[in-house]
Amino acid sequence: MSEHAGRARFAAIIEADEKVEPRDWMPDEYRANLIRQMAQHAHSEVIGMQPEANWITRAPTLMRKAILIAKVQDEAGHGLYLYSAAETLGVSRDELQEMLHSGRQKYSSIFNYPTLSWADVGAIGWLVDGAAIVNQIVLQGTSYGPYSRAMVKICKEESFHARQGYSIMMALVEGSDEQKAMAQDAIDRWWWPALMMFGPHDAESSHSERSMAWKIKRIKNDDLRQMFVDQTVPQAHYLGLTIPDPDLEFDEETGHWRIGEIDWDEFWRTIKGDGPLNRERIAHKVKAWEDGRWVREAATEYARKQRARLGKSA
Amino acid sequence: MNTLTTRTPLATYVVRHADDNVILGQRLAEYISRAPELEEDLAVANFALDHIGVAQHLFAYASAVEGDGRDADALAMLRSEREYTNLLLVEQPHADFAEVMARQCFFDAYQVLLWRRLSASTDETIAGVAQRAVKEATYHLRHSSGWVVRLGDGTDESHGRMQHAVDRMWRFTGEMFEGDDLDREMAALGVGVEPADLEEEWQATVDSILEEATLTRPADPYQATGGRRGLHTEFLGRLLAEMQWMQRSYGGLTW
Repeated sequence: MSEHAGRARFAAIIEADEKVEPRDWMPDEYRANLIRQMAQHAHSEVIGMQPEANWITRAPTLMRKAILIAKVQDEAGHGLYLYSAAETLGVSRDELQEMLHSGRQKYSSIFNYPTLSWADVGAIGWLVDGAAIVNQIVLQGTSYGPYSRAMVKICKEESFHARQGYSIMMALVEGSDEQKAMAQDAIDRWWWPALMMFGPHDAESSHSERSMAWKIKRIKNDDLRQMFVDQTVPQAHYLGLTIPDPDLEFDEETGHWRIGEIDWDEFWRTIKGDGPLNRERIAHKVKAWEDGRWVREAATEYARKQRARLGKSA
Repeated sequence: MNTLTTRTPLATYVVRHADDNVILGQRLAEYISRAPELEEDLAVANFALDHIGVAQHLFAYASAVEGDGRDADALAMLRSEREYTNLLLVEQPHADFAEVMARQCFFDAYQVLLWRRLSASTDETIAGVAQRAVKEATYHLRHSSGWVVRLGDGTDESHGRMQHAVDRMWRFTGEMFEGDDLDREMAALGVGVEPADLEEEWQATVDSILEEATLTRPADPYQATGGRRGLHTEFLGRLLAEMQWMQRSYGGLTW
C-alpha cells in the first residue's frame, strides 16, 4: 500500500473509531507517541512492584501476605503484557528497559513515594489502583488495537487490586485507634500524589492535544481526575477518613466534588527526578538487571549449545 | 530441649511441614522484584504463593487439631525461634539467583516425593493438601531443575556460580531424610511417611539433574541437622523478626 493510501486508511480508521493494528500504516509520531505511553505504562507496573514488595515480608497475616504476593505478581504480568504490546510497534523490551534505566523514559511518579506502614499497602490498592482503573477503563477505547486489548485484560485484575486495598483500609478503620490513625496517616500522604497521577491540567500537558486527536487518549486529564474524585470522596467518608484538603466541597449545582489546588511544584519536582525515592527505585531496578546479567547470558549460551547439539544429532 | 509445644503429635507433625513451607515462602518473597527477568519475578512470586498457600492450609489444620484457640496466623507468626521446626535448608538466605534455584531444586525434589506419599495419607486433610501440593511441587521442580541445568551448562561464570550454590546448599539436604520418633509414629499410623524412604529416589533425581547440568556432586560428608528439634542456623531469627513484626508490634488486632 502506498503511503498516500495508508494515510487515508489510517485517517478512516481513527474517524470510524476502529482499531489501528500493528501491520497498518501509521504516522511516525503516532507510533512514537504510543511507544512512549505504552512503555511508560509498562515501566509503571514494574517499578510499582517495589513499594508493595516492601511489605510482602512484613504482611500481618498469611492471607494478606498471599494476596499481596498475588497482586505484585499480577503487576509483573501486566508489565510483560504491556512490553509485548509495545513490541508490536517495532521496539524491543530490552531497548525500552534501557531507556527506563537511563531515565529517558518515565514511569508513574506515584511510585516514587515510600510505603511507610501497612496502611500504605491499603492506600495504594484503594487510591493508586483506583486512579489507574479510571485511566485504564477509558484506555480500553484507545485507538491502537494491542494496547486496547491489553487494557481489557488488565482492568479485570486491577479491580481486584482496588478491592483488596479497600478491604485493608476497611479492616483498619474497624480496628484499634492505632490502626485508624495508621489509615488516616496513609490517606494524608497518598491523597494528593494519587490526584497527580492524572497529569497536569490539560493546558499544560505536552502530549494531550495530539493524543486526543489520534484517539490514543479519549478523556482529558482534568475530567479523569474529576471522575476519580467523585468516586473516591464518598468511599473515604464511608471509611470515616478525612480527606486532607480543606477546600474540598460538594458543588450542588454540578453534582461534583471540588478540590483545592494541587501542589504543582511537587508534581514537577517529582517528575523531574527529585521525588522522595526516584533514585532508589531506579537503582533497585538497575541492580536487579545487572545482578541478573550472567543469568541471561547463561540462558542464551545454553540455548545455543542445545541448538548445536540438536543440529548434530539430526 | 525441644520447645515446640502443641497439644498432639498430629499437630506437631503438621506444623513441621507447614513451617518448611512458610519459611521458604518468606525467603522467596524477599526475592520478588529482584529477579534477572520479569518472567522470573513471576515464577518466584508463584512459588512463594504456592508455599504460603500450603502453609495456610496446614496451619489451619494444626490449629483445628490443637483446638486451643491458637489460629493459623498465631501458629505461623507468634512462636519463638526455638519453636519453629522447619528444615535448615529452607531458612538459608540466597546470595544470588543460583542459590535461589539450588535451594529450590533440592527442596522441590524432596517435596514431590513427600507429597506423592502423603497423597495416600489416612488423614484426609493431609491427603487433600498433598494431592494439590504434589502438582505444584512437580511444576516447581521442572522450573528449578531447568535453571540448575541451564546455569550449570551455560557459561563458565554461571557454571562456577551454580556449582558454588550446590556446594553451599548441599550440607542442608541430608536433614530431609532424618526420621525421628514422631515420623515413625505417624508413618505407623499411615498418616505420615518415614523420611528415609524418600532418600534413594531423591538422590537419583538430583544425581540426574546434576549430571545433565555438568555439575559435580559435592563430596563434603558434613551434614547439618537440628531444624526439626528447633535448633536453627542464625539466619532464621532475622527472617522471623521481619515476618513476625506486625503481629508482635500490634498484639491481638485484626487485619
